[in-house]
Amino acid sequence: MLPQNDSRVAAATPATAPGPLFPFVLQLADTSLILAHRLSEWCGHGPVLEQDLAMANIALDLLGEARSYYQYAAELEGQGRTEDDLAYLRSAVEYRNPLLVEQPNNDFAHTILRQFLFDNFHYHLLKALLNCPDTQLAAIAEKSVKEASYHLKWSSEWVIRLGDGTPESRQRLEKAIATLWRFGEELTTATPTEKALQELGVLPDYATLLPAMQAHTAYVFAEATLPLPGPVFGQQGGKTGRHTEHLGYLLSELQYMQRTYPGLTW
Amino acid sequence: METLEQVLTPEEQFQARIDADVRIEPKDWMPEAYRKTLIRQISQHAHSELVGMLPEGNWITRAPSLKRKSILLAKVQDEAGHGLYLYSAAETLGTTRDQMLADLHSGKAKYSSIFNYPTLSWADMGCVGWLVDGAAILNQVPLCRTSYGPYARAMVRVCKEESFHQRQGFEIMQTLCEGAPEQKAMAQEALNRWWWPTLMMFGPKDADSPNTEQSMKWRIKRFTNDELRQKFVDMMVPQAEFLGLTVPDEKVKWNEERQAYDFGEVNWDEFWAVVKGNGLCNQERLQARASAHEEGAWVREAANAHAAKRAAREAVAA
Repeated sequence: MLPQNDSRVAAATPATAPGPLFPFVLQLADTSLILAHRLSEWCGHGPVLEQDLAMANIALDLLGEARSYYQYAAELEGQGRTEDDLAYLRSAVEYRNPLLVEQPNNDFAHTILRQFLFDNFHYHLLKALLNCPDTQLAAIAEKSVKEASYHLKWSSEWVIRLGDGTPESRQRLEKAIATLWRFGEELTTATPTEKALQELGVLPDYATLLPAMQAHTAYVFAEATLPLPGPVFGQQGGKTGRHTEHLGYLLSELQYMQRTYPGLTW
Repeated sequence: METLEQVLTPEEQFQARIDADVRIEPKDWMPEAYRKTLIRQISQHAHSELVGMLPEGNWITRAPSLKRKSILLAKVQDEAGHGLYLYSAAETLGTTRDQMLADLHSGKAKYSSIFNYPTLSWADMGCVGWLVDGAAILNQVPLCRTSYGPYARAMVRVCKEESFHQRQGFEIMQTLCEGAPEQKAMAQEALNRWWWPTLMMFGPKDADSPNTEQSMKWRIKRFTNDELRQKFVDMMVPQAEFLGLTVPDEKVKWNEERQAYDFGEVNWDEFWAVVKGNGLCNQERLQARASAHEEGAWVREAANAHAAKRAAREAVAA
């Protein structure tokens, strides 16, 4: 069992096997970083200045959250690695983000739907993490949940606008659903690492998050005048390092400077 | 006794207010040429913020550390915000954002020539912050006292954020210059490319700047292009020396008598080529903005259609 209310003790004793917390915190970090990266690709190319601003804003929130997680992960690992070592010097098979967040931006409808699926999970996970016995995770969640509630509001409103907008926007959103819905299930499917943390009481059983997530989806889809998508075969793998082909390209770009000029200060 | 209004023409009353340093507000009478000059200048300024997101946005996904990435992202977000303030300020003069954007995309409206240069290395993020934002600040600080109220007030907010960006840019340069030899070389190479284009940001020589005299009379402008360019050189040469970098101008030399730096002649052929659309990135920049707008049309239409449906439903419910 992890020490109650004193995560620093766990951090200070990495010799007793890092335990599941380190890879899990890394998974959270990778997830936020990769999605921030995708959103930042919109910079200067958004459909209207206000939404350029909104996407940069969300990217910035997620990047901030990723940095908090990486710093904590580095501390948990206790090997002297930094946030930048973890972000820039790990390969695609070492990355632990779910497949959803590495999916390309495609059009605005795809970006919105990807964001909605993620935000709906992210917000409810962070809310549950507020009660996490690991104080550091609880503290990061406390800061991030405020941002995530803004993100969820933004993406939900856009799902509604696009669904109940014009025939074209509806059609594009339907296409996004057809492309991206299959990546939603991975978010709430626990990996062995997550299961171990659930058993330790650090993480909530994801099944307990589902009712609120589903209720929110049902509400948003009703407002968007869209039928709820039926069950699809859920793609899995990102959280255990088995990614789509998109991630390699993304990391090539993300990591290029650190790989070219290793060990320098910027 | 006759009142001022009876003696002076509207133009003379307007000029009297300008001379007394009274701010002009949207509902005040103003000469048509004043309105047009301001629309041109403010919208050009707004477009520059918008197009200026591209050269820096180019490096967000490749920034070398998470801290730098987050600073850069925050900066580009600020620029979008500046664009919004400035479009709003221009709209108080009776134009619309749609009209201004159409003029940008058709090439009728200009944006700062500096953004037609490519960002080729990470050190360019340092140069853009240090030099380009430094030049922008010299141009913009006097605009905080410009005669048109909404523009002046927008500039107060813009300048606060710009000076922060400029310090961050200098800090990037400083880190590079104190770093490994290849980092210092990267910084010098970037300075070599950005120095002259930044001097061009102050516009043509006073002798070739037909609008300057009128703009100064209306107190839209407070300093001439050449005055500001000189101030910039005087400010930046010592900073480059502090960094241990060399400004790519053999003629740069302190002039004891003038208490200012002498410096070489800007390549005006290049300046006019870039202004007329023939710089290296003019086509890419405009294309990127125009396609973002075109490809975003369905999103804006959806938002409008949804707003209309919602309003109709609420009207029925009420």
